[in-house]
Amino acid sequence: MNKLLAQEIYYFMVLGRNFEYAAKENYMQGNVSGFLHLDLGQEAFSVAAMKAFEKGDIFATYREHIMAMARGIAPKAVMAELFGKAEGVSGGKGGSMHLFEPSRFFYGGDAIVGGQIPNAVGCAYARKLQGSEEGVMVIFGDGASNGGAFFESLNIASTHKLPLLFLCENNEYAIGTNIKRSAPFREQAKKAEPYMMTLSVDGMKAEAVYETIKKAQKLIEDGHGPVFVEAFTCRFEGHSVSDPNSYRSTQEMHRCKAKDPLEHFKKELLEKWMCSDKELQEIEQKAQKAVDEAVEFAKNAIEPNTAALLEHVFVEEV
Amino acid sequence: MLYREALNKALDEVMAIDDTVVTLGEDVGLYGGSFRVTEGLVEKYGEERVIDTPIAELSIVGNAVGMAIGGLRPVAEIMTGNFSLLAFDQIINHMAKFHYMSDGKIILPMVVRFPQGVSKQLAAQHSESYEQMLCSVPGLRVLSVCDVNYAYHALKFAILSNDPFVFIEHELLYNKKGEVNFEEQLDPFKARIVKKGEDITIISYLKMVDDVMQSIPEIESALNCSCEVIDLCSLNPIDYATLATSIQKTSRVVMVEEDHKTGGFGSQVIAWAAQEMFYSLDAPPLRLAGKDVPIPYNRTLELASIPTPNSIAQEIIAWGRKNDV
Repeated sequence: MNKLLAQEIYYFMVLGRNFEYAAKENYMQGNVSGFLHLDLGQEAFSVAAMKAFEKGDIFATYREHIMAMARGIAPKAVMAELFGKAEGVSGGKGGSMHLFEPSRFFYGGDAIVGGQIPNAVGCAYARKLQGSEEGVMVIFGDGASNGGAFFESLNIASTHKLPLLFLCENNEYAIGTNIKRSAPFREQAKKAEPYMMTLSVDGMKAEAVYETIKKAQKLIEDGHGPVFVEAFTCRFEGHSVSDPNSYRSTQEMHRCKAKDPLEHFKKELLEKWMCSDKELQEIEQKAQKAVDEAVEFAKNAIEPNTAALLEHVFVEEV
Repeated sequence: MLYREALNKALDEVMAIDDTVVTLGEDVGLYGGSFRVTEGLVEKYGEERVIDTPIAELSIVGNAVGMAIGGLRPVAEIMTGNFSLLAFDQIINHMAKFHYMSDGKIILPMVVRFPQGVSKQLAAQHSESYEQMLCSVPGLRVLSVCDVNYAYHALKFAILSNDPFVFIEHELLYNKKGEVNFEEQLDPFKARIVKKGEDITIISYLKMVDDVMQSIPEIESALNCSCEVIDLCSLNPIDYATLATSIQKTSRVVMVEEDHKTGGFGSQVIAWAAQEMFYSLDAPPLRLAGKDVPIPYNRTLELASIPTPNSIAQEIIAWGRKNDV
């Protein structure tokens, strides 16, 4: 980590938070519809993981707006996708949960819990066969680590020593069910221990996430095979905007919000990286401007034409 | 050449010219494949391209999707059709949808192969057919080939295509003998006219085509007519043009399939015929299919649960007499 990188991470964290609030506002106004899973509170995790794993292939979940932007997909293209517009990153056909950009090695946006993990295993197999330097990172939640796809993937990835980083975002809730009620222990890394090296990190701290992912990446590069990283996070809101979050007490939410990753990282920028207030204000203004422009762009973007309905069902015409 | 040898030849030839082609599945490597379709390939192309997997069907197809994203052309084998159900999330939610959901950005050149159908006393969990579910999923090409020559050409075509294919085989076809014309330019999406005729169009696919052909002498002699037999070959897309031409000529249509009748694939063909060919028809369409029961173990009950050459002949003759063929 250096000052320049810390500032870049801060920019994407502010961008992410403001973007999510803008998405929520536009959902309330009816401009965005369907399921909308906000990443509020998990900005440090999402941004630092992407910035640490900057080159390899990414397979993410449906809570992926901030990750997509940190990977280099334009906020305009992400917001336009939320609005269902033709200029959206998936042409308005995917929506919030399905952001795809192969040119950035970003493959969704998968809305089947755990469904992306076997895909990441297959991609890692391809990368190993191709002798590629870059590995693959798959992001999933604590909920997915209770499913069969996850266990099958641990087994196959470790059997073939695949260059795959399993990144578990443990926010302790599978929608409304606490991990204590669906698994015998809180730490999901315990499930991976027989198969591979595991690391744990406080997912609310950007620098710690960054350094842990870098360390995992180094282990993979050194031929240790797959590595499991578990980041403990806390989401500020419900599972999606339609979830009132009633299963968490006021005290629990108070403890959660006290860990605000933006406030923590801002303090680090000021104290550890000697950033000035003015520098940070400029970053915050730039991020807000990008969000405002994204919303404006999405509002004015065009609807898909009706012919688009039948396009891209297949690659090859019959 | 045997049907399984034709499939093996297709895989072998494509793997020889394109080193991005890999095949994966349970026992496809050192064992040589449960039905010997991948025999000899691991010796030629190594364990990295002929991949023995755990018994984990969700991962076999899920990994193949990821391999295709990563630039390979995987050919996944599911040992038998019933096991494909464990992989249906990956087949339907991932394999079939990524191209569309990504607005064409993700391309999945991949094939999932599996044998299915009633073999001999394998009971309810090893005998079923699943084309009805697969054909109703937009984004999947589905081939289901009876002929040895077509098997060779169609599998090669599927592997080299940029679309995701399900290639359905039948366990009783693997040892079927036939000639392969290696020079032929064959369109696997076009239905095959197995036998020309004037009075009845009989449509089928996979092993039932052979059963229909066995029943033809008895039908033609009893009804004093000639039957045209069509092997669909491709179930998505369906070659309606070939069907329409035949029905316009014969004015009568029969659909024969092995699968359970309710919701079976043939209902789509008959629904199409009723809607689009109504004024060409001189008789109500006839649909022969398996009974709506789990496939039983006992041989007598098993054979009673699906159309056989004898039952096909009897039912078509009775229908023909009733409808003045």
